[in-house]
Amino acid sequence: MTGLRFDLRDPPPGASALRADVRAFIAEHEHRWTPEVRARSWMGFDRDFTRAVGAKGWIGMCWPKRYGGGERSFLDRNIVLEEMLAAGAPVGAHWIGDRQSGPLILRLGTEAQRAKFLPRIVTGEYAFCIGLSEPDSGSDLASLRTRADKVDGGWKLNGRKIWTTFGHLCDWMIALVRTSPAPEGGSRHQGLSQVLVDLKAPGVTIRPIRDLVGEEGFNEITFDDVMLPEDALVGQEGAGWAQSTSELAFERSGPDRYLSSHPLLEASLDALKDDATAAPALGRQVARLWTLRAMSTAVAGMLQDGTDPVRQAALVKDLGNDFEQALPHRMREMMDVEAMPEDMRRMHDYLTQITPTFSLRGGTREIMRGIIARELGLR
Amino acid sequence: MDTGIAAELAEQVTRALADATGVDTLRALESGAFPDAAWKALDGLGLATALVPEEQGGAGLGFQDAMPLLEALGRAGAPVPLAEGIAAAALLSAAGIMPPDGALTFAAAGAPVPWGRHAAHVALVDGARIALYPAAALRWTAGTNIGREPRDAAAVIGAPIAEGTLPNAWGGEAALLLTALVRAALIAGAMSAALALAVEHANTRKQFGRPIGRFQAVQQQLAVFAAETSAASVAAAAAARAADRRGLAAAAFEIGCAKVTAGEAAAKGAAIAHQVLAAMGITEEHALHHLTRRLWSWRDDGGSERFWSARIGALVQGAPAGVLVHGAPAGALVHGAPAGATQAGGHLWTFLTSRDEDTSA
Repeated sequence: MTGLRFDLRDPPPGASALRADVRAFIAEHEHRWTPEVRARSWMGFDRDFTRAVGAKGWIGMCWPKRYGGGERSFLDRNIVLEEMLAAGAPVGAHWIGDRQSGPLILRLGTEAQRAKFLPRIVTGEYAFCIGLSEPDSGSDLASLRTRADKVDGGWKLNGRKIWTTFGHLCDWMIALVRTSPAPEGGSRHQGLSQVLVDLKAPGVTIRPIRDLVGEEGFNEITFDDVMLPEDALVGQEGAGWAQSTSELAFERSGPDRYLSSHPLLEASLDALKDDATAAPALGRQVARLWTLRAMSTAVAGMLQDGTDPVRQAALVKDLGNDFEQALPHRMREMMDVEAMPEDMRRMHDYLTQITPTFSLRGGTREIMRGIIARELGLR
Repeated sequence: MDTGIAAELAEQVTRALADATGVDTLRALESGAFPDAAWKALDGLGLATALVPEEQGGAGLGFQDAMPLLEALGRAGAPVPLAEGIAAAALLSAAGIMPPDGALTFAAAGAPVPWGRHAAHVALVDGARIALYPAAALRWTAGTNIGREPRDAAAVIGAPIAEGTLPNAWGGEAALLLTALVRAALIAGAMSAALALAVEHANTRKQFGRPIGRFQAVQQQLAVFAAETSAASVAAAAAARAADRRGLAAAAFEIGCAKVTAGEAAAKGAAIAHQVLAAMGITEEHALHHLTRRLWSWRDDGGSERFWSARIGALVQGAPAGVLVHGAPAGALVHGAPAGATQAGGHLWTFLTSRDEDTSA
């Protein structure tokens, strides 16, 4: 079970100063965040805030300086992410670009792609989304049908992506599409490629989908003969499946997999400070949070070391999702909803509705547990 | 920490346990016998003074170094009083008392003593006072936990060999804290052994024409088990690291969190193990129950989930009663905070991060 090993990590040098910096920055902005904004966490999209974060050098922190990055460690970046999430900062406009699109382009993109995209992610000019799910392809992603066909001067894109978070607000999508048919009797994982799609290109239709909260967070995006240039291809043609899976360690490994409900827990401390009967239930949440943080930091350390923590990331995501998902329900066991102060109640109400998504986004609970089961030798 | 040494010691203990112990050992000790041969083999490794400082003749390991070794003991169901001996020797040497040879155990005054009747020496800890008794100075009322391990009540009928006071860094509840830390690691070990039994069973037991481990319902349960096992192990290691750096008393928050995590994990893991092994796992003959009954028992040693979560909750609430450890030096609970600041005061995140060790500081 070597794939499930965790080694503790220490904070990097300068951690306290960096935390203080981020906190001071948040203090300048947080008066504008409603309880709903805080409860939205990294699903809160605020371009102005993202540009301000970029100006501080906190987007693309680990990327080379020549692309606008900070050449900082993953553990430094982890501190910034933790602080933003703990405060419920609206980081959604740069979250995907910083977390996975940028790292993918850095790792597999051409020099021209790096020079074009990375500096613009860093400043907050380009917001990215991920095109994976399709109407008939969810957890069974390899069955996807969106196609990019080779034509003179580039690729012609046809098909449909769905559940794309912020698709209507973003500038670019990295989509996983079929560029050649799966070989007869061969693996469906062959013939898939990742392509960069300009969401303002002709033939792209974006239809926001209203969610159960009444908001338009995700989308259905249709491609009708969308012309992509030659250099829309990221990495190697036909290697999209392997590229996408290696991206998952970045997607699943961060504190965004256990801190999504944190502002509610923080608000509860004040509301519960005089209620001794709530202490045991509160203490259990704190103990779990403390353990998850140690595990998540261990995974950040593995990213820093360049080892692939895809299994550990799945494990921490599963445990973390359970924790952040249950939190609003645990809160009601500590106090009646009508007794909650208004800000806390509004966070509770929002999170109660949205937490079911926590174990869906980034790969479902069942997929995470399947990855762990494979590591155990059960599949 | 030197991970090389820690892993090597764990490997040594694992080999010795595999050679000298097995289900028979656990059966025998559960019916009241002391496993003499196994104890001789394990004691012969000279690990009893693992946590004793080098200048006092020990190996000078840190708590975190000892975690893999303790997990290895847990995997075998802790069939000898080695974990107790290592912890007792650490307490004694901290109070300036030379740990004696032979089977050694400890407990907080008034608490049941693990392995009590079998020990040659017993350290009884009352607040920061510690006294070392020979077996002849104690009269035992035998008791057992649901693991059928000896948990005996001691009546003092003779004089101690030595007495001492634990330094401030160990605090007034050192026996409780050390028991909690050790049990968290033993739980992580026993869970990984129970998980291995469940996985092996799932891969060999066939129903509907295939191993039951091919069914997703079973896979998903075992994945949860594996995740909880990792959580217990990481929590124990992180608490041990805090104890190494700040002293046992000032690591009470971390140790409490680890004990809550391990206790919750133990219950979930044991339930899944039994579900997967079904009726076979319930039989006397099968090895599983030796592990699961210990998992259930060990939750209560050194403070239960309820005990620690109540203290942690009170602490983060900033309640006046939110003192995690009695007799801890003022200001020690919050690293880097002004003296006397022992409460989170409504800022949980600030509190949690204030306990990080800033390597640049």
